[in-house]
Amino acid sequence: MNQRSSNLLDEALGLDQVIEPWPLRGQVVAIEDQVETSGSFVLHHLLKRSLSPNSSNVTIFIAFSQPFSHYDRILRKLGCNLVSQRDNSRFFFFDMLKLQCPDEGITPEGGLIALYGKIHKTISALPEISWKNVSIIIDDLSLMEVAANGSSDYVLDFLHYCRTLTSEFDCSLITLNHEDIYSSEDRPTFFIQMEYLADILIKAEPLATGLATDVHGQLTVSNKGRNKVSNFHFKVKENVVECFYPGRS
Amino acid sequence: MAESICRALRDGALEGELAPALTIKDSVASPFALQVFSHVLSQLFSSILAGKSQSRGLVVVSFSRSPSFYLDLLKNKGTDIASSNNQIQILDCYSDPLGWKDQLAGSRNFTALSNEVLVSSTAIVFREVKHMDKLYNSIIELGKGLVGGGKIRFSIAIDSVDEMLRHAPVSSVARFLSNLRSHDQISSIFWLLHSDLHEARVTAVLEYLSSIVASLEPSHQLANGQRGDLENFSLIKHNSKKGKFHVRFKKRNGRVRVMSEEVHIELSGINFTSLPSEGAINQGLVPKVQFSLQLSEKERIDKANVVLPFEHQGNGKPIQIYDGRRSLVDGKHERPFAAVENVQTNENCGSGEIIYYRDSDDEMPDSDEDPDDDLDI
Repeated sequence: MNQRSSNLLDEALGLDQVIEPWPLRGQVVAIEDQVETSGSFVLHHLLKRSLSPNSSNVTIFIAFSQPFSHYDRILRKLGCNLVSQRDNSRFFFFDMLKLQCPDEGITPEGGLIALYGKIHKTISALPEISWKNVSIIIDDLSLMEVAANGSSDYVLDFLHYCRTLTSEFDCSLITLNHEDIYSSEDRPTFFIQMEYLADILIKAEPLATGLATDVHGQLTVSNKGRNKVSNFHFKVKENVVECFYPGRS
Repeated sequence: MAESICRALRDGALEGELAPALTIKDSVASPFALQVFSHVLSQLFSSILAGKSQSRGLVVVSFSRSPSFYLDLLKNKGTDIASSNNQIQILDCYSDPLGWKDQLAGSRNFTALSNEVLVSSTAIVFREVKHMDKLYNSIIELGKGLVGGGKIRFSIAIDSVDEMLRHAPVSSVARFLSNLRSHDQISSIFWLLHSDLHEARVTAVLEYLSSIVASLEPSHQLANGQRGDLENFSLIKHNSKKGKFHVRFKKRNGRVRVMSEEVHIELSGINFTSLPSEGAINQGLVPKVQFSLQLSEKERIDKANVVLPFEHQGNGKPIQIYDGRRSLVDGKHERPFAAVENVQTNENCGSGEIIYYRDSDDEMPDSDEDPDDDLDI
């Protein structure tokens, strides 16, 4: 049963009990990963939780990384049908893979302003009672920076405005970023800025002891709101992710 | 010590002098500047309401958090905001700092939501954060709106300078802060800074502009590159709730006073306590095992008394390293178990000894020969 094995992650995020109203409302969740330990599974897990039949959550998914079919395939294995959710207006997919088209007059800043406007409009169109159950998911920030021609300033401005959405609508913002892209910089400002903005920080790292067959990596969840830090190991399987404390796989 | 900071801000500026300025800085390893900032803000505002401070009003320039965050904060501290909005005003640089909402409203059917009535009477939205001059004028205008013209002063809290530095060069920000400090209606000013977002020189510029610098550091430094192991996790956990708080005061008489405290972060807020002694901190981290890792006093003395065979004793005598053979260079017949070359006139009977027996008398001392050379393989 999926519920049981992801419990540690759900517990750390406050998703283990009721999910209506959405426990992550009004919060910024930042997922950080590395090449050896991809954090996409956390994103998929949160997406699945958000679209659970027990809730009325709406998810706005901003994809810079993969097309719709990729997420559809993965979520199907986790037991969630994205196509029907999209048809029921519970799942809005903004395909940003084509953002980098050389249109006249669309500056990177202009593109991001328009994207913000589109998100704002989508949420405003929902009934007011649903606003706090909206999750905005961005996959991922480093590719957004690429789409903005490397200008991290515009991306930070955009993220700031997304954060104002969490205050305005009480919705949640979930982002994914890659730590090792910025590790060579003296001062990875863009990366550190997200750590300051995040209310919940989820880091997926390899084990200190190196590769292993039974354990794919470790997750450290820092929940500022609850003043709690958790650490546990994980293993990504075909249909599920198992999370367990070290030594008990 | 946090009390001293609040007192300094409360007392405010002397006639003809710059207003006291406080920098609260932190880093990702101990990101508690916001809690300290909130604490200082609520303390200062309480003094303003009670009439115990030089300043008669507070202007909060909020970049990183929505105005409702500050209003809720003060409400939770027991302040009645509704009746005190002639003593606090918030310049809202958070909701629409770059005017994007205006731009979008102009082009499409973008419906901006109206703010709560309570918020809008206390908060003014500012949309041009790249223009330091306009920002300066807006702040002064807001402050004068609170306290009137003349000699009455007001205080300013900026959350945070990092956002300002993103939108304007450091020289403009420095000039902006300097002008505020020298304005004769400003009683005190304080701001929040995340030091790892900027170059060292930028942080240095802001520290030079401040009369008080409060910095937060982690209780335990983590070893870089070793993020993965369990011991490091317990340090991370420790650091997420505690930190060290260092304050440097530049006094009017030119002296500098440095103080340190410990901070504890709880859900209810922040607490300041005096620093425990070093031993107490280390005690908590020594792993609990079944054998003794400490040395008793006697053991420590005995250890100090052991003279190692290669040591100089520093008293001019030539060193003779005993190599385990009965006959030595000077032909003296010595007992084979004293490996030390010099006699220690130490009354302490607990002197340590090293006992060394040579394997074979045939070998020359310190021979480089490989003893396996004569093997016939």
